[in-house]
Amino acid sequence: MNLTLFIWRQKGRDTKGSLEQYEAKDISTEMSFLEMLDEVNEQLIKNNQEPIAFDHDCREGICGMCSQVINGVPHGPQQRTTVCQLHMRHFKDGDSIYIEPWRARAFPVIKDLITDRSSMDSIIQAGGYISVHTGGVPDANAVLISKENADTAMDASECIGCGACVAACPNGSAMLFTAAKITHLASLPQGQIEAARRVCIMTEAMLQNGFGNCSNHYECQAACPKGIRVSFIAKLNREFMKAHLKDSV
Amino acid sequence: MAVTGQILVLFIIIHMIGNSAIYSGGLNAYADRLHSLPLLVWIFRLVMLTMFSLHIVFGIGLYLENRKAKPDEYAIRKDMRATFASKNMVWTGLLTGVFLVYHLLHFTIQIIHPESAALSNSDASGLPDVSGMVVQSFQDAGVSAVYVFAVTALFLHLSHGIQSSFQSTGISSERTLPVIIKTGAITALVLFLGYVSIPVLIYIGLVKG
Repeated sequence: MNLTLFIWRQKGRDTKGSLEQYEAKDISTEMSFLEMLDEVNEQLIKNNQEPIAFDHDCREGICGMCSQVINGVPHGPQQRTTVCQLHMRHFKDGDSIYIEPWRARAFPVIKDLITDRSSMDSIIQAGGYISVHTGGVPDANAVLISKENADTAMDASECIGCGACVAACPNGSAMLFTAAKITHLASLPQGQIEAARRVCIMTEAMLQNGFGNCSNHYECQAACPKGIRVSFIAKLNREFMKAHLKDSV
Repeated sequence: MAVTGQILVLFIIIHMIGNSAIYSGGLNAYADRLHSLPLLVWIFRLVMLTMFSLHIVFGIGLYLENRKAKPDEYAIRKDMRATFASKNMVWTGLLTGVFLVYHLLHFTIQIIHPESAALSNSDASGLPDVSGMVVQSFQDAGVSAVYVFAVTALFLHLSHGIQSSFQSTGISSERTLPVIIKTGAITALVLFLGYVSIPVLIYIGLVKG
């Protein structure tokens, strides 16, 4: 099939970008979205033009590198799917497709569709750790965890840190991402030692890195390729209040 | 934001129940009984003023911070869950705030339409004629239109705001959030109908005070 693409091109951090039009010809419906872009890039290179820069790594939907807003939706029209796992069979011959980078103050564009997402690393660095015993390897089953808590922690740990939640949020907030990390660790006994401190410093890191505040649009949940739920944000808010109450008592 | 909002919603509910006294003909007696407790009225007014001020200051601050965090918009943007109401909270809120000033000047301080002011007109039993003031005001199409417009803005504000406040205070959970979203929207609708019925029914002549 043949497609018309409108792709964001931007030379560098401090330059102005714009949408450029490209034609993608003879695209197979079996291709993934990234393979389609690879094809377009092959053509561009053949014509001595600068290929389109985009992030990608595992192409298995688990690394969180691919990050494109396709027709106004982060990761495109297919629910719970990353761009690399989105296939061209979900598009029709003759379609126009708009491809833009994640947009938020905390995610400055480096080049074309690649944004700098190290602001999310800063949030993890601030509080995404637990205290562990040094010395011998502990018995894996020594700490008992209820099935419910283990399930919640596993669900929250599905977050691959791609930043689609931030990209979808009208406020550029990283609440869903931070809430997933908080819920993951706060649901487990191993995460209790730093629980109160963690929620305070991670939310602070969120503000320091230029993310916005949550005003409960729930766009993040709809955009998340891993199905992270906004109920984790309520959990974060509870943990936050608990931490401050503890502080003031 | 959420806590001040929840307190304001409680006030809006109580205010609507109070207003409904106009249908039973008891509005003048209700107003008179309230005003026989001036200390309570003034404490209440101060609390409300504080809540409104905090809500407005936090709300505008939130709007500015969030706008700064999203400096560039997409060429194409498709909303999946966000609504007109959720995206325009600051505007529906500010409209409600401006209306509140008008509303206070109209029915509390009574310097808009002084000819019908309850402070200068008494009913048959000698009480200030609040009911007469309301009916006379809403027979005017312009005044009724202002109230209908303002209550619509309030409806939009609450249709998002109520459920949002429960999420922000961490009261919602996986199981309760869908119920809270629905209950919030229904509460907003009931309040809308309750408030809008007064100017509408008076204007079309079904309620004569």
